[in-house]
This record gives sequence, structure tokens and C-alpha cells, in this order.
Amino acid sequence: MYVAVKGGERAILNSYDMLDDYRRGDPALPELTLPQIQAQMPLAVSRVMAEGGLYDTHLAALAIKQAAGDLIEAVFLLRAYRTTLSRLGSSLPIDTARMQLQRRISATFKDVPGGQILGPTYDYTQRLLDFTLEANRHTTPLAPANAPLPAAMPRVTDILQHDALLQAETPLPGDPAPFDLTREPLRLPAGRDARLQNLARGDEGFLLAMGYSTQRGYGNTHPFAAEIRYGSVEVELFIEELGFAVTVGEVEVTECQMVSQFAGNADAGPQFTRGYGLAFGYGERRAMSMSLVDRAMRASELGEAGDAPANDQEFVLYHTDNVEASGFVQHLKLPHYVDFQASLELLRRLRTERDADVGSAEVDASAATSPTAGAPAMKRADTGAQPALASGAESAPAAVPQDQEFTS
Amino acid sequence: MTAANANPAAPVERDPHYNFGYLDESTKRMLRRALLKAVAIPGYQVPFGSREMPLPYGWGTGGIQVTAAIIGAADVLKVIDQGSDDTTNAVNIRRFFGRVTGVATTESTRDASIIQTRHRIPETPLAEGQIMVYQVPIPEPLRWLEPSETETRTMHALAEYGGMHVRLYEDIAQYGHIATTYDYPVMVNGRYMMRPSPIPKFDNPKLDCSPALMLFGAGREKRVYAVPPYTSVKSLDFEDHPFTIEKWDECCDICGSENTFLDEIILDDRGSRRFVCSDTEYCARHAAENESPFRDDSEAQRTAAPQIGIDAGDPAHVGAAS
Repeated sequence: MYVAVKGGERAILNSYDMLDDYRRGDPALPELTLPQIQAQMPLAVSRVMAEGGLYDTHLAALAIKQAAGDLIEAVFLLRAYRTTLSRLGSSLPIDTARMQLQRRISATFKDVPGGQILGPTYDYTQRLLDFTLEANRHTTPLAPANAPLPAAMPRVTDILQHDALLQAETPLPGDPAPFDLTREPLRLPAGRDARLQNLARGDEGFLLAMGYSTQRGYGNTHPFAAEIRYGSVEVELFIEELGFAVTVGEVEVTECQMVSQFAGNADAGPQFTRGYGLAFGYGERRAMSMSLVDRAMRASELGEAGDAPANDQEFVLYHTDNVEASGFVQHLKLPHYVDFQASLELLRRLRTERDADVGSAEVDASAATSPTAGAPAMKRADTGAQPALASGAESAPAAVPQDQEFTS
Repeated sequence: MTAANANPAAPVERDPHYNFGYLDESTKRMLRRALLKAVAIPGYQVPFGSREMPLPYGWGTGGIQVTAAIIGAADVLKVIDQGSDDTTNAVNIRRFFGRVTGVATTESTRDASIIQTRHRIPETPLAEGQIMVYQVPIPEPLRWLEPSETETRTMHALAEYGGMHVRLYEDIAQYGHIATTYDYPVMVNGRYMMRPSPIPKFDNPKLDCSPALMLFGAGREKRVYAVPPYTSVKSLDFEDHPFTIEKWDECCDICGSENTFLDEIILDDRGSRRFVCSDTEYCARHAAENESPFRDDSEAQRTAAPQIGIDAGDPAHVGAAS
């Protein structure tokens, strides 16, 4: 007797073992350690923390190891863990002007107070494979800089804002608590707080493509990178019992502020407006893309034409999340044979009817009706016995008699 | 009565590292509030703060969150996918709840207090006190007519459903039939249009005035909706093109049922195929009962008839037509 294809628990458990084996690879090679991943794959760790919405380099490294280097899978692991964490409180806003900088560049001014700091960047490396990395090089740590950078360095946008050339970003009246995308469903139209949160966790590839599309003509932003900075900032928590804020830790972030020209309207003269990007860790491509998309989604509130994909809040915000996207795309590998069977049944019926129509049209050569015009007549004859069923379907569950069959 | 369907899967040990039902209590309360609103407004899609779950979006996270919010230690859980208890996704979800709740699981439709499902409603009629939890990929029935959520919410508010009737009419004009075979739109309580999750339209009549509570969860889309017990659920149709359900010329090859939803099994590459019940638990029970010595032979004769399908004499439908 035929045994239907069944998944079964044993198969699932075996798949765990096989995955474990696949992930580990050749056991003759030493196993990756979490400190190695944290220290030597910091950009992967940054991306997983940003899209996972959780700042923890150790857990991000664990997720990367467990996911065998699949960063979207690692993001998923981190998100699922994050769900179980309870919320202790909200920090004070971080102050990126007081960032301990590793890098800071501006594309809008040749020199800025504090100077341009290139820092660790791939920008001006020549992308030639470095074969000396094939062997384990013995490297000596970099000597510290002669003079430390100042603890506070003004942001280029602050300087522009001082001259009222840049639209000010001020808290809403009454400074309401920001929307929390991880606790509330997205509602449209979404406020900028919700949009920025959505973009902050959005897939880097998607943000990059959307940002790129605005540069190529799908959207009308002409942005300048006013400033990109990367470094660490202190996170402060206001403790009610103490009456003051205490530093609870330090996080590395990358911030990008793009400025675009705005023609002005009845309320404001022409000035620059801002697109904002922020990412956990070192993620310059991500922060820049985010700021482009943020600005693109402000088109309608600024009275600009907003008909490009990146201007469409609903389109962008519903498709940024790679955990959602990856799950839904891959759910197509789950069985769909019930739906498929329903479609198959309809297709067979339509084909049978079509064959019958063609046949009858050939026989009844004198009839003026074309095969397609004949279809409704055939249909009515067909369904003559069905109204009883259909009306029944509306009034009582069709399954009831089946039950009587069994219980009697 | 269900001895033949005793759960063969080894029970999964409760993992004490996680809260009962995985979600924390405040999240469960948020979900229950959304569900209460959904029950109060049958068919209305209630937005909720969907959480990341340890299973992927599109694989039942909405249903899992609903089940996690309503399940209690005394509940008995059944999980099916495509009508079957032992498809991999159903096994995986059942194992998940075993691990995070430790509740009893079953394959028997009658013994279950909560039935989480993907794509089917069991053939065995549901009873009062039972809860069906549906995994919903796309909750919005108007989505293929209007891609914007802002627009569709307005359309629901105004009960502006003409577009769907036009679409169904276009099917009739083009094919002579309504060509929607699953996820067939329904009107709930005469007010809201609802997507019954991708169940085949064969199952739609089971939603109407069911004694069981129907809860629908869409995790990725962050919506829950509900059909309370004994609520009218009417599949959209026209007076001259009444709603009909799928029919097969064949009967189930295992249990002989002729009024269940059948899966087609391809046997070779020469077109041989056989049909078996999609609801494996129902099928196994039916087959076991058929083997009893007191079985009436008349059914076997009817089974052998070449054309079964839907005719007025089919007992499954005579009763329903009253």
C-alpha cells in the first residue's frame, strides 16, 4: 500500500545533525571561536547587530557562527532571541556630537572644524586581492596616535543649522515618547520616528537599491554627504531614584547626514533638508543608503513630486525587513498541495468544458453562436443540479451529514 | 474511538528556559486584547504588535502567536498543515509548543481543544468550546485589487466591496466559472469581507455558523481577525452563479470517503494517480471504522459507481440544502 509522503519527527531531527555537520565542516580544522568572529569579522557583526536590532557583539558572533555565515539567518536568530528580552527602560538619546571618533568625513566642505579623519576605510584601498593574507601574517598592533581627538566635535549639520541654511530638526510639541516599532504594528502614514526605526533595521541590500534608485532618477533628491562619522558614544539611562543619568555602556555607531536642497514653500524659504542614517557598529554603506531613503520618503511632506518607488512609504516600509521577506519567500517550499489540488481541479474542469464546447460547435455547424458564446449556455446546463448545494453552503455546514455517517 | 490515531510522536520535554508559550506575559496580554477586539468585530482585521518568533515569517508565526496567547496548561493541541498532522511544518510547530508549554498534543480532531492549521479545516465537524487557529499569509482580501494598505482600510470602512464582485464576474465572463479556488472571499456577519486564509473553497461552508471559535493570525502582516461561534460566513457568489465547491470523480483510495477533500498522488510518470483524503486523521479513523464487521455494504457499492461528484443524491449535500 502506498504510504503518503510524510515529514516526520525523525527526519527533522536528522536534518539538525546534518546541518551541524555541514556547518562545522572539516573537523581536522580548528573550530571558529566567538572572539575570532567578533575581532576579525567586525563588519559582519555590525550588520547583524543593526538588522537584528540588538547591540551585543558576543551574541551577534554566536548567531553568525550558528548561521554558518549566512548573515540574514544570523539576523533572524538574533531577532528571535531579542523577542524574549524584557524591556528595562529607555535610554536618553545618544549624543553623536560627543562621539569618540574613529572616522569623520564631510563631502560638502574642504575642511571642517576638527578636520577630516579618514580612519579605517576600504575607500582608497586598491581592490587587489592581497595574497599576503593567505598566510597568517604576524602583525604588530598599531601604535596609538600622538594626540587624541577632542572628546566633542561639532557636526557639519550643526554648523549649517547655525546659519539657518538647514531645516532644523526639533522634537515634536510636548516631546512625546517615540513610536516603538518592535512593540506596535506599523501604521500608515507612518511618522518619521517609525520610518527611521524601520530603516534602521532594514535589509542593507534593499536600502542600498532603493537609495541607488533615487540617484538614478527614480525620485528627485540631489543629496550631499554633509557628514559621515563612526565611533563610540556613551549610552545614558536616567535613574528616577537617583535623579540623574548614569552611563550604562558604550556603543559603536555610524551616522550619516545627507543634505538636499529644498525649494521652500509658504512657511519657509529655500533651505537644505536632511536625510538621516544611523547604524549600530561600523556600517557606512548602510547609513548612507538609509539617509537617502529617509529623505526620499519625506517628499510628500515637503510638497515635492513623490511618484518614485523610494518616495512611496508603504512600498518601502513594508519591504525593508529581510526577516519577513526571507521567511515569506522561502515559505513557498512548504507544501501547498491542497491549494494546488484546488487549482488543478478547476483547470481540468475548464479544459473538459472547453473540449466539449469545441466539439459541440463542430457538430452544430448551423448554429450562429461561436464556441465562446456557447459557453454560458453550457454552463447553465452544467450547474443545473448545483443550486441546492450552493444555497446549503450558506445556511448549514456541509460536513454535518458526514458526522452522522460516523456516529450512527 | 481514536485508538488508531494515538499520537506516535514522542512527547517533547518542556524547556524551562522559556516562559510558558514562549512570549512574555505582557505580550500575551497585548495579543489577547487584540483577539478580544477581533471577536467583537467579526471579520475585522485588528493590527497588533507582532513579535519575531523563532520560526520564520510565512511559516505560521501569526498562528503561533495566537496559540501562544490563548493556550493554557490544560489545553490539548492539534497542529495540521495541508490537513495532515505529520507534514514537517506541523510536526515542527507541535514540537515547538511541546518545548515551550509542555501541553498534551493529539492528532484527534475531537480530542483537541485548540487546532492550529495551515490551509485546511478538518473534515470532522468541530464542536462548541474548540478553537481553530489559522495561519494567514496575506490577511487582506482586497490586496490583489488594491496594493495599498491605506486604501484597503478605507474600502473596508466604507464596505466598498464592489471591486471583488466585478473580479468574480470577470472570471465568469471569461471562463464560465469563478476561477478562485482557495482563499475564496467571504462576507462575515454581513459586514466585513474576509480572506479565510488559503483554505480550499471546499472548506468555506465549514466556517458558516460553526460552533467553534475561529481565530486568524497573520504575523508578518501584523493582523488578527476572528469569526465567533455561530456567525454567518457567506462565500461571495451571484444568484445565477451560486457558490460551489470542488468535486472529484474519484473517492479516497484508502478509506473510501467520497465527500472529503482529496489529494492527488502521482504514482509514476505515465499518468497513473490515486486520490487520498487530505485530512489524514479523518481518513485513518474512517478506514478503521470501515473495517469493523458491522459495516454497511451499501457504501462500498456507491464507492464503485463511476460518477460520484456532486449530485443531488449525495448525502453530504442533501442535509446541507435544507
